[in-house]
Amino acid sequence: MACVNADGTVTPTAKALLRSLETPLGPEAIAAEIGAPLFRVRSSLRELQAAGFVAESGGLFRATEAGRAKI
Amino acid sequence: MTDNTTLTAAQPQPGLPRIGSPAPPFEAVTTHGVLKLEDFKGGWLVLFSHPADFTPVCTTEFIAFAEIHPKLREMNVELLGLSIDSVYSHIAWALNVEEKMGTKITFPIIADLNKEVATLYGMIMPGESKTETSRAVFVIDDKQVIRAIIYYPLSTGRNMDEILRLIQALQTADKHGVATPANWRPGDKVIMPPPKTQEAAEERKKDKSAECKDWYFCKKSVK
Repeated sequence: MACVNADGTVTPTAKALLRSLETPLGPEAIAAEIGAPLFRVRSSLRELQAAGFVAESGGLFRATEAGRAKI
Repeated sequence: MTDNTTLTAAQPQPGLPRIGSPAPPFEAVTTHGVLKLEDFKGGWLVLFSHPADFTPVCTTEFIAFAEIHPKLREMNVELLGLSIDSVYSHIAWALNVEEKMGTKITFPIIADLNKEVATLYGMIMPGESKTETSRAVFVIDDKQVIRAIIYYPLSTGRNMDEILRLIQALQTADKHGVATPANWRPGDKVIMPPPKTQEAAEERKKDKSAECKDWYFCKKSVK
């Protein structure tokens, strides 16, 4: 797992990503905000979404309550 | 009599990637988590294989790939390595290279233990090794089309300068609708596509930007 550890904690990169989602953003904007490669952001979003820490609507992502609790 | 099911040298193996074909999609475990080919869409990708972790030629190549990574990123190109090793082996090797050689491996490496991606891309040369991938390089563009393929044998480390030059040439060709001559380098003159009609050939003769040896052989400068 790149973002979510086996014990349920999240990696520093995932925390930075979750912090960037105070307002809903698209993957490109997130990549620019946290200075990470776009491919890494896309894969992290997929993983965080599967874990319930991020939700997507209309191509924009926001941190869920569970996701904000991980910051 | 020819057996229709037998492949010959003139009949490429079906399914293997070809220049100009869409890159086969994959989802793979890497040192940067699970990645899909589509994660790289919108940028260029150099997907390359190496025979094995903790081997000397591959170590020199990985250091060399890491060294050109910043330059590639300036060109909107990412790197993705692959070998038939576990993700733990990849992690240990990457950490070892950083500790012993002083170079951080900044790109992800696919752990292709089941040879799924290697087989999909034809990275295994059974005549050379059935258990290792050869030194393959697939240059995939921002639309996920395969634009160039390079194969090197197990014994020979790749030339990073040529990989950079190849991508610079492809991107220049795309941007300006031109081709590049032998040994072209950025800043050198490029080849103008030959005119396809007599009228266009006559127009080409009047083109002040063209340096022509003949109507079909013209070069020009591009920025």
